Order: sequence, then structure tokens, then C-alpha cells
Amino acid sequence: MAESFIHAENLSFSYKGQNGADDIPALKGVTLDIQKGEYVAVLGHNGSGKSTFAKLLNLILEPTSGTLIVGGTDLSSGDLPDDELIALRRRVGMVFQNPDNQLVATIVEDDVAFGPENLGVPMPELRRRVDDALAAVGMSEYTDREPHHLSGGQKQRVAIAGIIAMRPECIVFDESTAMLDPLGRREVLDTIRMLNRENGITIINITHYMNEAALADRVIVINDGSILMDGTPDEVFARRNELRAVGLEVPQCAELIYRLREAGIPVRGTEISTVEACADLLSAAFSAEGNHHG
Amino acid sequence: MKSIAFGQYYPANSPIHRMDPRAKVILTVLYIVCTFLCRNVLCFAAILLSAVLLCLVSRIPLRMILRSIRPLIMILAFTSLINVFMTKGEHLLTPTWQIPLWGSRVWRIKIYEEGLWNALFMILRIIILLIGTSVLLSYTTTPIALTDALERLFSPLKKIKVPVHDIAMMTTIALRFIPTLMDETQRIMNAQKARGADFSSGGLIRRAKALLPVLVPLLVSAFNRAYELAAAMECRCYHGGEGRTRLKILRLRFSDVFAVMLLVAFGVGIFFLNRQGIGYTMK
Amino acid sequence: MDKIVLEHVDFVYGTGTPFEHKALSDVSVRIAADRITGVIGHTGSGKSTMMALLNGLEKPTAGKVLLDGYDVNATAKELYADWLKRPEYQNMRKSTAKKAIRAEVEKRRRNLCFRVGLVMQYPEYQLFEETVFKDISYGPKNMGLSEEEIRIRVPEALRFCGLDESLLEKSPFDLSGGQKRRVAIAGVIAMRPEVLVLDEPAAGLDPLGREQIFEKIRQYQRSTHSTVIIVSHSMEDMAEYCDDMVVLAHSGIVAQGSCEEVFSQVSMLDGVGLDIPQITQLMRILRARGIDVPENVYTVEQAAEALKRHFQSLKGTDT
Repeated sequence: MAESFIHAENLSFSYKGQNGADDIPALKGVTLDIQKGEYVAVLGHNGSGKSTFAKLLNLILEPTSGTLIVGGTDLSSGDLPDDELIALRRRVGMVFQNPDNQLVATIVEDDVAFGPENLGVPMPELRRRVDDALAAVGMSEYTDREPHHLSGGQKQRVAIAGIIAMRPECIVFDESTAMLDPLGRREVLDTIRMLNRENGITIINITHYMNEAALADRVIVINDGSILMDGTPDEVFARRNELRAVGLEVPQCAELIYRLREAGIPVRGTEISTVEACADLLSAAFSAEGNHHG
Repeated sequence: MKSIAFGQYYPANSPIHRMDPRAKVILTVLYIVCTFLCRNVLCFAAILLSAVLLCLVSRIPLRMILRSIRPLIMILAFTSLINVFMTKGEHLLTPTWQIPLWGSRVWRIKIYEEGLWNALFMILRIIILLIGTSVLLSYTTTPIALTDALERLFSPLKKIKVPVHDIAMMTTIALRFIPTLMDETQRIMNAQKARGADFSSGGLIRRAKALLPVLVPLLVSAFNRAYELAAAMECRCYHGGEGRTRLKILRLRFSDVFAVMLLVAFGVGIFFLNRQGIGYTMK
Repeated sequence: MDKIVLEHVDFVYGTGTPFEHKALSDVSVRIAADRITGVIGHTGSGKSTMMALLNGLEKPTAGKVLLDGYDVNATAKELYADWLKRPEYQNMRKSTAKKAIRAEVEKRRRNLCFRVGLVMQYPEYQLFEETVFKDISYGPKNMGLSEEEIRIRVPEALRFCGLDESLLEKSPFDLSGGQKRRVAIAGVIAMRPEVLVLDEPAAGLDPLGREQIFEKIRQYQRSTHSTVIIVSHSMEDMAEYCDDMVVLAHSGIVAQGSCEEVFSQVSMLDGVGLDIPQITQLMRILRARGIDVPENVYTVEQAAEALKRHFQSLKGTDT
């Protein structure tokens, strides 16, 4: 097998029960491989275990059992020497949900510098990294602003710049768009795509928005701590009923095609993850019908 | 709107704004010492002149400076009254002033020339202290630069195990979260007002009780933020001050050193001016 | 009938400071009684300010906010001339009548937040009591309701929000995120407001949570016939659950009316920083390709119907 960046085998995690109560399993034997440079969306409803999975990847949480190898480092034991732990977290960056709770400094560029400062990046190089990172997320003109004057989407882009400045190989987005408005969400998603396409950064986007999952190359659906589906957005959205059963819904266009097929209208094709693709399928279906009868 | 409420930094491009914050901290301390050295009219004239010069150089609008004095008016009035009435001296100005009380008792008002001088000097001292510290530090230095300067100035204390870096980091985070928590307080207050909360009527105890629905959620959210921030900092490889580099390297320039030397010279000047027996000299 | 009317409302923040900012400019809106009205707009469009005006948290810089035709910010002085002619005050001595009017105005001002219940964004962050019961009864208690009355209203409010009564004695901090949200909404519903205003009630919830919360809001409105206003930036949700819509952009109103009317102006909606529902985009593309489908389609249901009809007509052409 080609080198996989993340390799999990039978990976499990349980939260310790409080006051002698039973442990609460959050992840139950997950097995998967994620290749370098992939753009993966991890879907699931609240409490499905998707966030737990994310937090294992850079050892914020320690696996209870099973194997987890990230970028060649074995995390299964949950115990790493300090320098290896820091090296791991440099390689696997993480962007959280609430933009307010992950910015440390009172000035944008100081915040972006925080990660590389911790890594001991020396000065001319540090400056270059900060400037490059801010340019990459399109926030160069906000270098010396105060974060609390920025919009949600802008704050989140600063948080991303703070991660990029550490030159990571993989970024995990833990519901990073959940608190944003449509404009902010679009800003962040465009940035994610750009990082994946242009910088080859492996992306893992934990989300419950179907429209976001449609942008990824691969969608993993987690339910009740286990993997329920794993495939391209088209493949996953085609299993509409199973998704509904676990509290998820497919994008509107995929839903429309599903309902038309239910009503006996022959819409052929499998590409249902974008508006354009759906429009193509429908026009094809209509012209076929038109020709057939015409 | 938020900027008014938070900190006093007034963005401008002046020589004082550009100065090394460490130099500014030292200058401020020296300036405070100078203010306390002043004892006679000449000294106060000199230091008042220096304060005016500082204001001009800093390009802080006069109304900003006046605004910072306004809340002190009560204190100024109180101090000057105390000084006017309580100072005993040699030149009594009001030998005949008296207010009849009951019976044959009267209250003699004794105001001495020295008292008036003392009051004037105290007012000047407080105002100049305020102008000096605000122009040299709070208006011209961002809180973060100030924290940074203090961390470096106190860094020798690390040798005797004072956690200088940790204190500076905590201060930075506190500064970063003040506006966030102020917004949050406002939001929660509005939410409870929408449920009929009344924060402005009733006695002290009732008002304190009325704040409970604001304080509890505020604390809960502050703890949540703290957890999340700690996780985010760990993800960004934070492991204490050891081995950290800095984006902003402070460099003392010649002008910074010169300014400090100038102020030292000024202090020495004040010291000698005090010895000139011109007019009243404060005790 | 109009429950709430905004007449030429301006709202300026920080007047006279360098941060002066006009949040609302000449806004006139009519919100119909016994319907669900969606107020949509991008961040900073002024929609949150508009909500704060409705329950008296803020007062307009200019213009009027009318609730059942009564200007909620009118002072007793402004009302004397008019009200003294009313039968209930006519027979009083003038000074007594004035006093009565002043008391009445004061009472209305105080009661405004109980008549127009406002659920803020992420309301779960306002929970503070030891038990769910106590938290929900905070509002009713502030209204001065009796113990018995509160005992009736709290479980009722909980039911409207689809929560089980077994939660009443639990600590609100032990609940899941979605449950906390509903408890917070119940805390406002328990005041039995005539108008219920919700700011982004589904923010941050997963699809099932969203659907449930909107479903509950709809059921609540249909059974109580109160007026409900939902503020959101999601057109997909608003299209699905609202009867009427108001679109705000850049401090002003760009469109208002029934959902059909507002969506028939889709071209205008492009420029206001909002996401057009996917389904509307799809139908527009199909139209552009010469397929004869209606343009102002905004729910999957409508689109499915329209396309089925179109398909039938294709089939029908050869017979």
C-alpha cells in the first residue's frame, strides 16, 4: 500500500466515567487509512464520535485501544516524549469551532507568530512565515489589527494562518464553520480548498453540513462511534435513506433527484454532489424523454 | 465602540509611539520620581512645561488628555480642600474669618498661605503624574507591548524562580479576552433583561442578587473558553517560555537611550532647582 | 392584521463618537399577526438591532415601533392630549387622569419584554439556575406570577419545546447542547409572549437538531396563534418554515412579503450577501438551459412537483 498519512486499526476511545460510573465509549473500533494530500470530510451528527476522532489525531485525547499511526509516528500508546509530541502537533494542525477561543494575541500578526515562536523559529524566517501565512489566507491587510474587530470568517482565517505558519502536513478542521455566517463559511471553505489544491496539505474537515462534505474528495460518515460509510460524495449521497436514519440529510439537489426517482422519473447518473452536476443529469433526463416521445 | 471601553491606546505615529516600550517604562518611572522631587514654583513650572511638551510630541489630542483628568476632579477637589484647611504655617490669611456655631462658640477658619501653595502643588503633581504616565505609557503603548517590555525588564528575576514568562503570558491572554468577555457580559445582560431582569432598582443586596443570572453564565462560559484556549495553545505547540523565539525583537536605539539620559539630567536639574530659595518650598 | 409595525426607523450606534455607525436606516416593516415571519440578512445588516428594538432593549434614534398600534417608546407626555379624550380618563380630574396615564405607560414599558419574548443567539449561554424548573420559571417569576401559575406554565413550555418533564429537576448544565437550547427557549415561551422572536434558533445544531427545533417552533405557533419572528441567514431554512419574509441588507429593507413574493425577486437576492437555496439555483440553471420550469421555487417539495409536471407534459406531447 502507498504511504498512508493516517493509519487507524480498530481504534477505540472511551471517556472516563465520572464518580465510578461506567466509561462512555465514543469511538468503537475504527479502521481507516487516509493518504497524504487527501481532502476528507468526516460527517456525523452531534455526539457521533467525529470530534473525538479528530482529537486523537494530534493526541489531545489518547487512544484507549487499537492502533493509530500518524505520519509514521505510532500514537497507539498515547504516550510520546515531549519533543516528539511537539513535532507531531506541528505536522498535524487543528482549527477549532469557536474562533474567539483559539486566538491568543491581541494583534493579528502576533497571533499568527505564536505557533512558530513556540517552535523556536528564528527571526528573519519567522517574519517570512507570518507574512506568507497571512497572504495565503488573504488577510495580509489585517496584519496589525486586533482580532476582536474582525468578522467571524476573518478570525477563523487568522486561526488557519496561525496553523499554516507552523508548516503542517495535515490540518484538521473541527467544525470550524459551525459558528460562521454564509459569507464567513465560504471564505473558510475557499481557503481550505486552496490549501489542499495548491499546498498539498492533507485536509480533514469534521462537519455536519452536507454542502461542505460535497466539496471534499472523500466522505466518511461516522455514527455511534463506528464508520457507517466511506466513499466519494456521490457514493455517500446516493445512500439517502441510510443517512436520514442517522439524523443526516443530503444536499437539496441530491434530495430532489431522489424524490424524482421515487416518483418513477428515470434520472440516470451518479453525479449528484453539486448543483451543476444535478442540472446536467436532469437536462439529460428531460431531453432523453423529449427525444423518446418526440 | 469597543475600543473606547478597552484600554487607552490611542493609535498615532509619534516619536513617543515609536519608542522602545522598555525605555518608556523606565522613562515613566523616572518621570514619576521627578514629579515627586518638585518642591517649589520653579520646579513645578519646569515639569509643567515638560508635560506640555510631551503632549505636543505625542500627538494625542488635548481632549483625550482632559478626558482622563475628568474622573479625578473629585479627588483633586478633596485633596486641595484638605491641604487648604489642614496645612498649618506662618502666614495666616484669614485672621477674622469665623462661623458662629451654637451659643458663644465659633469655628475659626484658618487658611495659611502655605496651605494654598500646598493645594496648588498637589493638584499640579496629580495632574502632571497623570499626563506623564498616560502620554508616556497608556496612550502611546499597546497593552501587549507593555506586557512584553515588563517581561523583558523583569527577566533577570527568572534566576530567582519568579515565573516571569508565565505571568506575562497570562496578562497577554487576559488583555486579549477583556473585550470578548465584555461583549459576552452585555449579551447575557440583554438576554436576562429580555426575561424581565431588573439590574437597576432595589437596594444593594437586591441588586447583587439580580447580577447572579449574569455572573453564573459568564463564569461557565469563561471556564469553557479557558479549556478550549488551552487545547488550542497545546495544538500550537505551546510548552512554556523555554526555547521560544519572538516575532518582535525589541531593540534599544540611540534615541531611546538619549531620552532616558535627558530625563535623568532633567531630574538632576529639578533636584538643584529645589535648593533655590524662591518662594514657598513644599515640606 | 399587523402585530408589529416599524415606521421609518433609524438606529445609530455611538452618536458623536468616532465609532458612530448607522445600523438601521429608514426601515419600515409590517409583521402580520398569527404568522411566522423570517427576517434574513447578512451579518451586520442590522437584523439583530431590529430585534432589540422590538422588545425595548434599544430605542430607535428616529421613527416609531408600534405593537398593536401602540408606540412602545411613546412617553406619557406625548400621549396626554390623545388619551385624555378616552372614555376611561374623561371622567377623572385632569391631574388624576395624567397620573393614571403615566402609570399605564410605565406599566406597558415594563411589560414590553414579557409581551415580546426575545430568544437571543446561543441562548443556552444564559442558563444559570440549579434546576431546569427554576431556570424556566425565572421569567414568569419576574412577571410576578403566582406559584400555582408557574407550576402550570413551566411544564407546558417544556412540552412545547419537545422535552420530557423528567428533566425538570435536573441541572441545566448536565444536559446535551440541543437540550440546553430548548430549555432556554422554554424559558421565554413560559412567559406566554404574544410575539416570540428567535435569533438564529438552530445555529450550530446538526441537521436533525435543526429540523426538530424548527418543527417545534412551527407547532408552537400553529397551536398558540402567537406571532413568531425568526432571524436567520439561512434562506433554505427560512423558505421551508416561514410564511412571510423580510430581507435586510446594508441597514435597510430590500424586500418583504410572503415567501413567494420575496423569492420572485431572486435576482435581487444575489446582491445582498446571502446564500440562495441550492434548489433555487438548480431551477435557474434549468431555466437558462431552456427547460420550462418556474423560477421562484425555493423548496425541494415545490421543485419536485414542478419537475414532475414538466415530465408529464413531455410525455403528453406525443399523445
